[in-house]
Amino acid sequence: MKRNRKRPDTGLWVVLLFLTLLGGFMVLPLIFLVSTAFKPPEELFIYPPRFFVENPTFANFRDLLISTSASRIPFFRYLFNSLMVTAITVAFTVIIGSLAAYPLSKHPFPGRNAVFNLIILSLMFAPEVVEIPRFLIMSNLGLMNTYSALILPNLAFPIGLFLMKQFLDQVPDAIFEAGKIDGAGEWKQFWSIALPLIRPAWATVIILSFIGIWNDASSAALFTQTEEMKTLPYFLSTVNGQGVARAGANAAASFLMTIPTVLIFVLFQSRVMSTMAYSGIKS
Amino acid sequence: MNRQIIILVKQFWKWRISYIFLAPFLLLFLLFIVAPVLASVGLSFTYYNILEPPRFNGWSNYKLLFVDDEIFITALTNTLYFALVTGPASYVLAFLFAWLIHQIPRRIRPFYTTIFYVPSLTSGVAMSVVWLVLFANDSYGYLNSILLSIGLVEEPVQWLQNVKLIMPVIIIISLWMSLGTGFLAFLAGFETINTELYDAGKVDGIRSRWHELWYITIPSMKPQMLFGAVLAVVGSFKVGEISQAIAGFPSPLYAGHTIVLHLRDYAFIRYELGYAAAISVLLFTLIYGLGKLCFRIFASKEEQG
Repeated sequence: MKRNRKRPDTGLWVVLLFLTLLGGFMVLPLIFLVSTAFKPPEELFIYPPRFFVENPTFANFRDLLISTSASRIPFFRYLFNSLMVTAITVAFTVIIGSLAAYPLSKHPFPGRNAVFNLIILSLMFAPEVVEIPRFLIMSNLGLMNTYSALILPNLAFPIGLFLMKQFLDQVPDAIFEAGKIDGAGEWKQFWSIALPLIRPAWATVIILSFIGIWNDASSAALFTQTEEMKTLPYFLSTVNGQGVARAGANAAASFLMTIPTVLIFVLFQSRVMSTMAYSGIKS
Repeated sequence: MNRQIIILVKQFWKWRISYIFLAPFLLLFLLFIVAPVLASVGLSFTYYNILEPPRFNGWSNYKLLFVDDEIFITALTNTLYFALVTGPASYVLAFLFAWLIHQIPRRIRPFYTTIFYVPSLTSGVAMSVVWLVLFANDSYGYLNSILLSIGLVEEPVQWLQNVKLIMPVIIIISLWMSLGTGFLAFLAGFETINTELYDAGKVDGIRSRWHELWYITIPSMKPQMLFGAVLAVVGSFKVGEISQAIAGFPSPLYAGHTIVLHLRDYAFIRYELGYAAAISVLLFTLIYGLGKLCFRIFASKEEQG
């Protein structure tokens, strides 16, 4: 706000102090995670417990790789599965969503309002509600234990489509009408006019879809049976409960799992804000 | 009549390219979201164990749920307790922090935004390694160690065993993770409010920031607030993962049991899929009902303004 820049404002300092204190409190658990991941074994089991690592080492990461390579499935397999499933899902979510956002925003085709209302309705959708039918669909399609089973259910991402459609709504239709007069076909209009306009919204869709899929432990639990098809969050859900003996290696794995989401957000943050501005539902 | 059909077909034909653009999304949406919701409703009126075909049994799953299944009542109570605390609290916190961040100079906003948003990026499963040490039941737990050393407690608190404490711990962890998409929507919403409104407000005699917030900011933010409210409702009713990660399954005396965990128990451990479908329909109805309530609240105020 302009007012803040004009005169030094005690209110502003109070706000900053408050945000800094609470912000410190918010990052504390993450600092514990990093600290635990780099603790040598003797510091993990010390009494009284220490929050911060004193002699950081990579021992836990080595331990994680050795202990999982001794078992049938190495840690890299879970990591590879997660990266692969997330990358493909996010990419296709963005493509499919962009394709759908264009006519939903710019074409008055019959049934448009019905489709859009259905999308708004599905903002209230929680995948937990449909785990059983999805499980049955996967087994009937013969997709159990395949990457497709981990990818397909998450491709239609209503929040993503909603945000892209809202974002495109702010662009005046006249731009497209000008294109029509020039004789551009619908495909060309989409490719050379709509797509560049939607692209700023991609950052947000990528982040939201990435978080959901990267952190999703239940798809792997439901739709895959063999260990080599499981993903990182599933792996963590099975090992994290196993007590303190493995705390170091588990913290290392959890640390590795948390890094990509944070990096992606920091990378895209500035562009996210411009999309979220159009996130409102006008009822 | 025939003429109308022909007109309709012509209309569809005219917009065929629009439908082609929409088709990939719509097909996946119908197959993995709409059809499963309808299938859940259908299955909830049957007895189904995967091995034999579903057998229609009317309302008996629902009757069983409310009359005979005490553990479901526990799950329902826990979920409502969680949702009624976490839903509104996370919503207010998201709004409050977004508003506070909006008060500070533009240059440092991204830094604070990241700090408050990052917890929502983490997974409950991955962070459980921290929670299990932080809230450990013995004196090796960080929290117990602090409380013991400053003399607030005489012996270690059984954070994850005491049936009275399990839900509060889950609520605290969930609130920590709750500044998510809604929070970003609020932040972005504040930035789009026309600053002329504030100048006009000053002329009209608005003095304090609180007045400004109440009379100008909130009314201009209705659409974002509805979006955030809907996400808060959905988020607060699907609690389960964190409970399982920190209190185990089943949790001591089912103190951390929730609807989602009950659903998974019957679906994928006991294979009573009809019964589990009834649980999921109930969960869906709860979310839908409260979501619709949000729509009404925010719509009606719009008309008044």
